Amino acid sequence: MALAKRIIPCLDVDKGRVVKGVNFVGIRDAGDPVEVAKRYNEQGADEITFLDITATHEGRETTAHIVEQIAAEVFIPLTVGGGIREIKDIRAMLNAGADKVGINSAAIHRPDFVKEAADRFGSQCIVIAIDAKRVADEADGRPRWEIFTHGGRKPTGINAVEWAIKMVNNGAGEVLLTSMDGDGTKAGYDLGLTRAISDAVAVPVIASGGVGNLDHMVEGIIEGRADAVLAASIFHFGEFTVPEAKAYMAARGIEVRL
Amino acid sequence: MSKSSVAVIDYGMGNLHSVASALEKVGDGVKVMVTDCPETILSADRVIFPGVGAIRDCMAELKARGLDEVIQEVAAQKPLLGICLGMQALLETSEENGGVECLDVLPGAVKFFGSDLRDAAGGRLKVPHMGWNNVSQAIEHPLWAGIPDASRFYFVHSYYVDAPEFVAGSCDYGVQVHAALACDNVFAVQFHPEKSGDMGLRLLSNFLSWDRPAAFFPVTD
Repeated sequence: MALAKRIIPCLDVDKGRVVKGVNFVGIRDAGDPVEVAKRYNEQGADEITFLDITATHEGRETTAHIVEQIAAEVFIPLTVGGGIREIKDIRAMLNAGADKVGINSAAIHRPDFVKEAADRFGSQCIVIAIDAKRVADEADGRPRWEIFTHGGRKPTGINAVEWAIKMVNNGAGEVLLTSMDGDGTKAGYDLGLTRAISDAVAVPVIASGGVGNLDHMVEGIIEGRADAVLAASIFHFGEFTVPEAKAYMAARGIEVRL
Repeated sequence: MSKSSVAVIDYGMGNLHSVASALEKVGDGVKVMVTDCPETILSADRVIFPGVGAIRDCMAELKARGLDEVIQEVAAQKPLLGICLGMQALLETSEENGGVECLDVLPGAVKFFGSDLRDAAGGRLKVPHMGWNNVSQAIEHPLWAGIPDASRFYFVHSYYVDAPEFVAGSCDYGVQVHAALACDNVFAVQFHPEKSGDMGLRLLSNFLSWDRPAAFFPVTD
């Protein structure tokens, strides 16, 4: 009897299709997003995250339309990210039926955007999405992670833990943390990074990037202290179902919604 | 006539599409009106008072539209379901935004979880309380029909309701959260039934077929 750790299937959507790449390249088709979302809802997913990876103007209109179709049939929380740059983008996604929006590079260009968004729409719907990579250690030997943009190609020099704290202070109500080292590799979440950020902020943290098996999800919660775990390809390609993941986690003492 | 019309009060606080589409989904032909028009709200058979965001803005928006008195009138007349911030606004006061007077439809106060919230074992709890938590049903009620005790519902909030009476359900998150209140024809929930999967849809469906408790309504004509 406690708050459940959340299992969140993630739909990376490109030109109206769910896709999945390795380290953001090498794309593989995983189906129609509305059908995929319905399937995860029926399986008992706790939330669904939808990332528009093309994020062009036309892409966003397609995304809004797909979000509308999903929201009419799936009555669990829906987060939409990708190409959220202005207040009007947030409004469009919320109007389409999203419950939360993920803000990523727009916050890096203009950190006050998160503050304005949280003031306007409430912290509960503003998710700061952070893509980070491990870089050379700090001078005192502590590990250091930095924010990267452009699918992990462009370093920003920003310390990921400090950035998470700053964005939460600006009003973000949740952190979607993606390890760019892990993403698509199936080698597991970056547990050090996940724990560093989860311990540093008061808001929930979603671990993302690198899930290859169910032990990774367990580690993300127990060692990474994440509040939710996000995964894509292990669900898309039928390796595991959401109920299998939940049963596995429950058997290891993690509170889940069965 | 039990499923004729439901008004969803739109006062600019948050996205009401999910509430409306969930009602359409379970409504079996019910007329769903998303509106800030007092006459429309007062003419509906049932009223839903949703909301997300901060209480000061909520109360300001309600007053600017003359909806504070409309809601008090509805609460005395017909089935009313408050959701999340809509529930909190029905109470007497909220600690949020330095202290705000609310609609005083139900007794109780809205309190902050605090910045160092701990579970029984001393583990740190994140704020907002976000996700699926068990709701223990404190009473039998038509809105709980078909919903097993301790079912999970989706919550997202940083302030919680502490009520002296009329508790219909509660959940544990470091403190005892009064997750549902019921008094006469008013039911209020802290969680989001429109985002709580099948159990949430069931609660909304129960609301749409909830006949007002006749005992509380003297015949006036």
